[in-house]
Amino acid sequence: MYAQGLIGADAATTEDAAFLERFQARIDAEEKIEPNDPMPAGYRKTLIRQIGQHAHSEIVGMLPEGNWITRAPSLRRKAALLAKVQDEGGHGLYLYAAAETLGVTRDQMTEELLSGKAKYSSIFNYPTPTWADIGAIGWLVDGAAIMNQIPLCRCSYGPYARAMIRVCKEESFHQRQGYEIMMTLARGAPAQKDMAQDALNRWWWPSLVMFGPPDSDSVHGDQSMAWKIKRFTNDELRRKFINATVPQAEFIDLTVPDPDLRWNDDTQSYEHGPIDWDEFWRVVKGHGQMNRDRIAARRKAWEDGAWVRDAAVAHGEKRRTRHTAALAAE
Amino acid sequence: MTDAPLWEVFIRPRNGLSHVHCGSVHAADEVMAIQAARDVYTRRGEGNSIWVVPSDAITASDPALKEQNFEPAMSKIYRHPSFYEIPEDVGHM
Ligand SMILES: [Fe+2]
Ligand SMILES: [Fe+2]
Repeated sequence: MYAQGLIGADAATTEDAAFLERFQARIDAEEKIEPNDPMPAGYRKTLIRQIGQHAHSEIVGMLPEGNWITRAPSLRRKAALLAKVQDEGGHGLYLYAAAETLGVTRDQMTEELLSGKAKYSSIFNYPTPTWADIGAIGWLVDGAAIMNQIPLCRCSYGPYARAMIRVCKEESFHQRQGYEIMMTLARGAPAQKDMAQDALNRWWWPSLVMFGPPDSDSVHGDQSMAWKIKRFTNDELRRKFINATVPQAEFIDLTVPDPDLRWNDDTQSYEHGPIDWDEFWRVVKGHGQMNRDRIAARRKAWEDGAWVRDAAVAHGEKRRTRHTAALAAE
Repeated sequence: MTDAPLWEVFIRPRNGLSHVHCGSVHAADEVMAIQAARDVYTRRGEGNSIWVVPSDAITASDPALKEQNFEPAMSKIYRHPSFYEIPEDVGHM
């Protein structure tokens, strides 16, 4: 979801060559860049965009799964799903905090999400009509997220890298609980196995496009690679994901819905069939099945919560005033 | 509305260790800041004690003065035990 973070990014920067060279030397020496360090405007802008979009993805990502919390098939599944969705909320908060160190406010980021100016991963614009979708999301969507996030633990920007280390520690449970759901269904009654296969059919291709457009037309990749915001290209990560996931599908006797998928002995890697990039761009531009629902849900949560936020601030102010008055009276 | 104030969060992983900075939270006051920090940063036994500090109460050293501040410590190798030559026969010291 995070490689999509560079779509539309503007890495243009106006610093003089000597400044950029000094900065690049620090990056090349694997030094971490910290919030108060001098940095090119393009580096700052690219990171604000990517971290903000990553944070929005975590928060919007709570919606498709939240849909099933009250209907999970057992208490065990319900407790796990609740904990997972709560983790995603936490991931969003770590990431918003990391973005704020670059000088953007939480309110600005929220407004940009609600107005549609800021994007979130295209994957969350697909619906979750069956329980198997919860298995498929944990297994495939969190699996793809892990592929993307592990290299981000070594990102050149310190606060982002540290947030990613926390996130990665928590993701493994997400993927395992999803795979366990799929495995249980795949080994269950024929109707359950069909449900698992149907979920894999619907989530496979949207998961592959989480890594973003192919390297041949991703324009902003090079600068991000040089600045070590990104460590692998979109296609490299996509291939790693496919290579890791296909055997997992085989193990539970499910079929990856790609008739052209084949193993290449020379590259020791799978090759996938053509990806429908038109569909991807349609969803990114707001015309996926759930885009409107997701933003409407976020907007409702934001507006319904306004009185709580205002009351909390008023309460905090009242306590501070009383405290100051009490000190003055001493 | 404007954002609630920002707090820096420090967590002590277990007794005997220092509180370590782990991130920040927005909260209207210190009570809610502690509650938010607990929910956000300690869901898996990451600690047994939390400090929250208003972010604007922190004064930081200037990164531009990094060399001036910290270089002198690097060049004073005689501050380290390995600088001194003691014959091996003396034994561990
Ligand atoms: Fe997450
Ligand atoms: Fe996750």
